[in-house]
Amino acid sequence: MKAAVIVFPGSNCDRDVKVALEASMGHDALMVWHRETDLPPVDLIVVPGGFSYGDYLRCGAMAAHSPIMQAVKARADAGVAVLGICNGFQILTETGMLPGALMRNAGLKFICRDVDLRVETVDSPFTRCYRAGDVIRLPIAHAEGNYVADAETKKRLEGEGRIALRYASAAGKVTPEANPNGALDNIAGILSPNRRVLGLMPHPERAIAPELGGSDGKIMFDGLVEALS
Amino acid sequence: MSESDCAVTLEMARAHGLSDDEYAKVLDIMGRVPNRTELGIFSVMWSEHCSYKSSKKWLKTLPTTAPWVICGPGENAGVIDIGDGETAIFKMESHNHPSFIEPYQGAATGVGGILRDVFTMGARPVANLNALRFGDPSHPKTRHLVSGVVAGIGGYGNCIGVPTVGGELTFDPSYNGNILVNAMTVGIAPADRIFYSKAAGVGNPVVYVGSKTGRDGIHGATMASAEFSQDAEEKRPTVQVGDPFTEKLLLEACLELMATDAIVAIQDMGAAGLTSSSFEMASKGGLGILMDLDQVPVRETGMTAYEIMLSESQERMLMVLKPGREDLARSVFEKWELDFAVVGHLTDTGRMVLTHHGHVVADLPIDPLAQASPEYDRPWEAPAKRPVIEAADVPAHDIIPALKTLIGCPDLASKRWVWEQYDHMVMGDTVGRPGGDAALVRVHGTKKALAMTSDCTPRYCQADPREGGRQAVAEAYRNLSATGALPLAVTDNLNFGNPEKPAIMGQIVEAVRGMGEACRSLDFPVVSGNVSLYNETEGQAILPTPTIGAVGLVQDYAHTAGIAFGGEGEAVILLGETKGWLGSSLYLRELCGRTDGAPPPVPLHRERRTGEFVRELIGSGQTASVHDLSDGGLLVGLAEMAMASDIGVSIEPVRSVPLHGWCFGEDQARYLIAVPQADAGRILELALRAQVPARVIGKTGGTDLIVEGAGAISVAELKQTHEGWLPGFMSGRTKGA
Repeated sequence: MKAAVIVFPGSNCDRDVKVALEASMGHDALMVWHRETDLPPVDLIVVPGGFSYGDYLRCGAMAAHSPIMQAVKARADAGVAVLGICNGFQILTETGMLPGALMRNAGLKFICRDVDLRVETVDSPFTRCYRAGDVIRLPIAHAEGNYVADAETKKRLEGEGRIALRYASAAGKVTPEANPNGALDNIAGILSPNRRVLGLMPHPERAIAPELGGSDGKIMFDGLVEALS
Repeated sequence: MSESDCAVTLEMARAHGLSDDEYAKVLDIMGRVPNRTELGIFSVMWSEHCSYKSSKKWLKTLPTTAPWVICGPGENAGVIDIGDGETAIFKMESHNHPSFIEPYQGAATGVGGILRDVFTMGARPVANLNALRFGDPSHPKTRHLVSGVVAGIGGYGNCIGVPTVGGELTFDPSYNGNILVNAMTVGIAPADRIFYSKAAGVGNPVVYVGSKTGRDGIHGATMASAEFSQDAEEKRPTVQVGDPFTEKLLLEACLELMATDAIVAIQDMGAAGLTSSSFEMASKGGLGILMDLDQVPVRETGMTAYEIMLSESQERMLMVLKPGREDLARSVFEKWELDFAVVGHLTDTGRMVLTHHGHVVADLPIDPLAQASPEYDRPWEAPAKRPVIEAADVPAHDIIPALKTLIGCPDLASKRWVWEQYDHMVMGDTVGRPGGDAALVRVHGTKKALAMTSDCTPRYCQADPREGGRQAVAEAYRNLSATGALPLAVTDNLNFGNPEKPAIMGQIVEAVRGMGEACRSLDFPVVSGNVSLYNETEGQAILPTPTIGAVGLVQDYAHTAGIAFGGEGEAVILLGETKGWLGSSLYLRELCGRTDGAPPPVPLHRERRTGEFVRELIGSGQTASVHDLSDGGLLVGLAEMAMASDIGVSIEPVRSVPLHGWCFGEDQARYLIAVPQADAGRILELALRAQVPARVIGKTGGTDLIVEGAGAISVAELKQTHEGWLPGFMSGRTKGA
């Protein structure tokens, strides 16, 4: 698998995801500066977390208009896998590559902690190595992760099995108490119609070894390498 | 008539915070009456904040060297060797006055400033910590200040992408009008690429990079060197505004340029902005600077020389480049969309000459300003020694309710509400998260880790500043040792009241003496620091608060310890001597409403011996479950271990010490460890050989914390009490204690 990580001014999880990818791939991931207008041939594009352009406007709104995003969009349309993590998820919704939007957390505060997530579908290159209904544990770290979408979008996401992850209790129950940010129906991650684009608020790249607090994120990267090589 | 021409008077000098004697010295140095710009420059350079004029004499007595110290105090931050060609660079700095006036921006720019101090030396910042002190929880401002400061620290650190991994948060009415916000940054740099501020090479270009200069923060350093009165809020315009996004760009651009050979010297623009950065660089190099203020990128039109020189706009750096490297440097900063301007060059005149609109607007000798700044030996008096209080003379409350009170009191309650608002995992190397004795951050790409902590017990410092100074250092040493890290060096942040009062000056002198004793005895040198004085409002001074930030090194993070028990059925061993010291303890304050008595003495030799023993046990894999004992004593430490692991524990008290003294006494140099039952005998033997008092006091298991003969409480109930206070307080559900 060949992978590229997009770097915006203000990205700050770009190195973390590079480390995670390289641990699973066994070779270098490519870092692509936001001013580039083209991408080399790759199997996976990661839009990493951080505060692109400071997020002084709506989160991700500026990055969505940076030169490289046209190329990312074109590749996604051609079926290349795209993973948007945290600020990357916000950017993907701002470009329209994923539906809905990410609003200020219901509690109005930045939240950094581990959360339990229920795997809702294994039908994607990102989630194929989990089992449906698995409860996995990943860190979140955001102030704007409150996913919203209109009723019709929600119906489509559900009907097409495009909700990838939901905030849940350790026992796998989707409850209001398990929802850290007020997201609609506890939605933590969603897929594009062709299932090749995943946007999620949790950080799989922060859970790739026991000493970091868990390895559930590594399963996602290992699965991608298997699926896209 | 330009503002630089307007006549300076003694009244103007006084309004700039200069004493009459200091102004006489200015006249002497200048050989004429200075203009307003020049006066402004003297005033910030000689402010307490920039010149350390009251504390310098005593700071010089601190030990600052060791074989592993590469650079001690005097540069932007301290540098220590961590092996394999790498160094740790760190410092702690206060942003107390601005944070009280405007908590979000004050705290945010405190973080931004200390980050710059570290990356200006070539280090990539890898961790932030902060030590926060607020007023009485029931004071009407406290909730607003806590909320703003925490949001500001998070807002800056989260955006720039440096994990905030540890710190402290306590309350005391003495901080009602003067909160303390002490921020610490730790970075890592290659040993052969450390950057200093000493200018060199006559004719070399002086370059300004980063944000544009605006009118914010003018005279911030002077404000931070005066007492507050009721109208503190009116000083809001002197607080700077932070832009963490620009700082992130500045960080990446500086590190990118530092990988080339273009930079001769670099200095961030912190307090007193362009003034202190340019004077410092020139003074260290024994050179002069000719600077054209028309070249300085400005945010607003019509800015005067006075404003440009005294602005404390954030996210700016000053560099001296090698000749001919301007284009290379310019291309790096343009890539990161930052301002870049050649503003002057080095001269051999030893003078700072500033031109603006084609005229010379200031012409000052550099050395008398930067090095010959005033130094005072202020009169001081040592506080009277307090009597020692015997445990038997302190009322004995029921043990379990007392434990519950302590574990839920504002100072000991869980600070999860705070650190969950900080991204403590970004950069992917946090291997010991907040909530333990010290945070652990892996040295990227290696098996090594840095351990970091921040400590001070202000109520001990109030009772006996010397013992309190010793204790702050010793507790930092203990916290690092409890994770298995070898304590290497400290940074100090001395927060006190008005040094012109002999009683306050006495606190400073005694605390610094105590710190020096502990640092020498523990081989724990001071490599950087900051002094914040005049923390008084309406004549009411804060508790003396010499905060100690400390860094230690773990060779292999697989051999570290946390505070959680390893499992059920383990033996719990108490290391160190327990006499039941209740003077100045939390028990006395929270249960008896008293703050009297001498604080616990710190036996430095035993502190060292016990620390070495604990590190040996952890390093050899004999225990991974260790907690230092400090505030609240043995039972509080034990409860914290139980809560961290969701495992109960049962202990049997000794009879030789009054029970409440044994449970809550704050005797120093102690740890709790948990080990497999089968190993307990051997470990007691090892302890005996190491001359460390040790005793098995109980074993882990079940769901309750049980004190034989005195009662029990479920770990779940302890957790509820411990976790509940701060969120309840901040949401307004619970009143302050």
